[in-house]
Amino acid sequence: MATVVVSVFLKPEILDPQGRAVLGALGRLGLSGVADVRQGKQFILTVDAEITAEKLAEINHIAETLLSNPVIEDFTVQVNQ
Amino acid sequence: MTARVGVVTFPGSLDDHDAARAVTLAGADAVSLWHGDANLHNVDAIVLPGGFSYGDYLRCGAIARFAPVMEKVIEAAHAGMPVLGICNGFQILCESHLLPGALTRNDHLHFICRDQKLKIENNSSAWTRDYELGQEIVVPLKNGEGGFVADDYTLDQLEAEGRVIARYLDLNPNGSRRDIAGITNVAGNVVGLMPHPEHAVEDLTGPTTDGLGFFTSVLTTLLAGQAVSV
Repeated sequence: MATVVVSVFLKPEILDPQGRAVLGALGRLGLSGVADVRQGKQFILTVDAEITAEKLAEINHIAETLLSNPVIEDFTVQVNQ
Repeated sequence: MTARVGVVTFPGSLDDHDAARAVTLAGADAVSLWHGDANLHNVDAIVLPGGFSYGDYLRCGAIARFAPVMEKVIEAAHAGMPVLGICNGFQILCESHLLPGALTRNDHLHFICRDQKLKIENNSSAWTRDYELGQEIVVPLKNGEGGFVADDYTLDQLEAEGRVIARYLDLNPNGSRRDIAGITNVAGNVVGLMPHPEHAVEDLTGPTTDGLGFFTSVLTTLLAGQAVSV
């Protein structure tokens, strides 16, 4: 079975208060040198079929309409056969 | 004939009963609509209430947007029916692309609950025409993800077309860009608002009765026959 990983992150120009809070915690824990943290989410789709170009197009469509909101988020799709 | 205003209940809606009560106090018949029923039951206008539809999983409003009833709501909104989305309802309207922009996590990360002062900046929409332009009102605000965001082009367009219907006064409670509390679509029939006018319709339970104007406005709109019934 193949897995398809869809990663969703806020667009760079959208404020990410959660990432900023994590960045603050990193500093308090003594990890220096981290300039920025962006928090996102990942969807791991286990697919019980071959990942054809057609299937990939369907997954891309779902990533664009349901899994992400294109107004504020970008996404990537990675296939692990 | 008394106007019929539908209030949709999603799994996780909280304010549907308050919204229905506000509709009744304004003088209309409140009609309960169910998320799984793709039927608007001959209503003349629709309220999408506040709450946490589908637990706010994925993104606020993202799953509610695909509920069977929403297909009909979107169709009716495009045909001109007045639709008001409050809080979670505003998020659903943005996810449905009936309104531009999106609502994101409050910039300070805290859930906020307070009586909020607003300035009405558009009194020609289907839901704001009973207010004076520039009128200041106080209604409750309660949200965790109420920060309105859109790109600069969209914000400029909203401002230029007078589509910002209300702005936060004194304090921006959630980091909304340009202090925007509510907006409308180009036609003026679809309105999204983060604060809660339905909680400010009676002296006993609200800080004011300033919120009632949203619900009487839609009746004024329907009486004037400027809305399309689907």
